[in-house]
Amino acid sequence: MTSGNTTMTRDTILKVEHLSMRFGGLMAINDLSLEARRGEITALIGPNGAGKTTVFNCITGFYKPTMGMITMNRRNGEQHLLERLSDFEITKKAKVARTFQNIRLFSGLTVLENLLVAQHNKLMKASGYTIMGLLGLGSYKREAEGSIELARQWLEKADLIDRADDPAGDLPYGAQRRLEIARAMCTGPELLCLDEPAAGLNPKESLALNTLLNSIRDETGTSILLIEHDMSVVMEISDHVVVLEYGQKISDGTPDHVKNDPKVIAAYLGVDDDELEDVIHEELDGGSH
Amino acid sequence: MPNTNSTAKETAPGVMAQAVKEGLLAGVLAFGMFLLYVGVETYQNIDNALVWRMRWGLLAIFVAIAAIGRFLVVGFVKPHIDRRKLAKAKAGIPEVSDEKGFFHRHFLKIALIFLVLYPPIIVSLNGVQGSLKYVDNFGIQILIYVMLAWGLNVVVGLAGLLDLGYVAFYAVGAYSYALLSDTFGLSFWLLLPLAGILAAFWGIILGFPVLRLRGDYLAIVTLAFGEIIRLVLMNWTEVTGGTAGISGVAKASIFGIWSFDVGADNNFAKVFGLPMSSAYYKIFLFYVILALCLITAYVTIKLRSMPIGRAWEALREDEIACRSLGIDTVKTKLTAFAIGAMFGGFAGSFFAARQGFVSPESFVFLESAVILAIVVLGGMGSLTGIAIAAVVMIGGTELLREMEFLKHVFGEDFTPELYRMLLFGLAMVAVMLFKPRGFVGSREPTAFLKERKAVSGSFTKEGHG
Ligand SMILES: Nc1ncnc2c1ncn2[C@@H]1O[C@H](COP(=O)(O)OP(=O)(O)OP(=O)(O)O)[C@@H](O)[C@H]1O
Ligand SMILES: [Mg+2]
Repeated sequence: MTSGNTTMTRDTILKVEHLSMRFGGLMAINDLSLEARRGEITALIGPNGAGKTTVFNCITGFYKPTMGMITMNRRNGEQHLLERLSDFEITKKAKVARTFQNIRLFSGLTVLENLLVAQHNKLMKASGYTIMGLLGLGSYKREAEGSIELARQWLEKADLIDRADDPAGDLPYGAQRRLEIARAMCTGPELLCLDEPAAGLNPKESLALNTLLNSIRDETGTSILLIEHDMSVVMEISDHVVVLEYGQKISDGTPDHVKNDPKVIAAYLGVDDDELEDVIHEELDGGSH
Repeated sequence: MPNTNSTAKETAPGVMAQAVKEGLLAGVLAFGMFLLYVGVETYQNIDNALVWRMRWGLLAIFVAIAAIGRFLVVGFVKPHIDRRKLAKAKAGIPEVSDEKGFFHRHFLKIALIFLVLYPPIIVSLNGVQGSLKYVDNFGIQILIYVMLAWGLNVVVGLAGLLDLGYVAFYAVGAYSYALLSDTFGLSFWLLLPLAGILAAFWGIILGFPVLRLRGDYLAIVTLAFGEIIRLVLMNWTEVTGGTAGISGVAKASIFGIWSFDVGADNNFAKVFGLPMSSAYYKIFLFYVILALCLITAYVTIKLRSMPIGRAWEALREDEIACRSLGIDTVKTKLTAFAIGAMFGGFAGSFFAARQGFVSPESFVFLESAVILAIVVLGGMGSLTGIAIAAVVMIGGTELLREMEFLKHVFGEDFTPELYRMLLFGLAMVAVMLFKPRGFVGSREPTAFLKERKAVSGSFTKEGHG
């Protein structure tokens, strides 16, 4: 393996260093550094407008950062500097997949087709960039069956198998969230970035989501970077929490550590420890609907 | 339905009053709309000056049609439909029944058999010479548009890229054939694929700079590209012959074995001892374009179920999501453009061989608009719907030429073809009112686990760029 950077252990999957993003006069992210460890769920939290989604957009190439370095350390030893890749190459080569805060499904395609589109690159190669597949040569047929099998596995994990042949736009909200995660997983990522997957879910759906995320981490070894407002989700499943406010990191550590950090409490309207959860819920319900 | 007859006679007085009111309103509106279009006729008098006169009779007919039509719809048709719906709902029959009739299930096979048998049927009905009109004006003309619309469907219907300059690739194909066969004497069967490849090449050349644009911008730039190609063809006189075009374009032959040139030794009619007629050539061309259409359909259907085709449709649904899944959207768009252009190129070279003459006249923006209208009317993405739309729109306009009897209604100097666009528009408005997603609004999924269920048009998107 080509090991490289001495500052980066094999355990670190993603390293963000001195990241800044400026929109005109607004510094949406200001000199942010953070690390995500392999096989863990890292949560990124912070009040509305703190810059969480912007961090995601920089990592996944949808924004070009004004400054900073983002290094992805793949399992096979490859290192990718994400700020130099374009968005689709980040998924294709660096194996980082993401979901969106406002769900982006292919609503006119069926649930199954959504998962097949996610396996595009693999299937393109197998079909000899369409030409071989069109002529019925090569391994395309086998690979196509394999891709349906993989989709079926994820549909089962996400509890969507009964809706496999329905249009994605026809699913209830919670199922759409799970489908988006399953679709991202079908790209075979090593790092999965989820932007508020629990937003708008009812308690039951929220529980199903926790199960799905835990099974992703434990069964596939995929590392997860998670933006979340719902503290019950964050505290329950994350191994590591990073707190942002006004584009800067104000706290970083285990869930327990962060929960008791006075700076974090102050950021969330300066309330007491036990009221923290409730206030955040209220803020979310009042602010985002 | 058994219980509709019993209730059909009772019409509430309120409904009749409403119908009279709406009928009058429709009459007034029609008067306002058609007063200048239809009511006023301009012509040149003996001194070559432009003068006008009123055509009150014709105007009155238009107004009467609108008023009476609206009256009938509101007074009788609508209540009737409502009653049927109500009766069905009461009986618990779902709106759309799953069971399809024999005709519906075997529609494609029946259509194909009909098309293959079409020329012999026509010949046996009208004789060889008499078949010319039906095979050429209806058969070939419609099939050319079917092919063009299926080609554009890849770009607009599948990939969701609004291309208003599609006719440019048609022109590239036509001129490629005309010029290359003229200068190098190459045969149709060699130039047909070559014309497709050249058109695809131009599709990529155009695509590179243009495909970063989205939506309206893309539409406008493709429109401009179409016009540029036409202007080049018009002004590059040394090569293209300018507005006069190129005439005497070589005919296609039956794979070089039999020719359709009148003087040639291996002339088809001569070899088989048949009386000379240009109808044989048209019948041959009919089968050629039919085969080209089938190839287009086959390739499109195949591609749709391959990763590239799925990526096209995904692109139409959500480009950003595509990129987040590692799909190179620029390449994906380029392939859609190239494939669509290639089919346009095939159709173009066929057109040149059929017409024996190409000129910039044939590649005006209106052609692009008509092809796009067919795609939209048919239901974006649906091959069957698009074919039906082509038959209705192109067959309809051809049919107008045949409507001599309209002269008795509207007067001697009524030329139905002149109202082509009016009817075209009317038909479009009507279809869009009743079937806003086109004739076939649903899409067939390309893969399924348990059962293949059509996706309703309300979920699919039209694309944004
Ligand atoms: N494309 C953009 N152009 C200009 N300003 C932007 C852009 N994207 C984000 N911003 C600004 O950057 C700041 C951070 O936004 P961001 O969406 O990252 O917040 P967030 O932490 O995800 O908030 P939320 O919890 O509401 O999702 C906000 O002030 C926002 O208005
Ligand atoms: Mg956000």
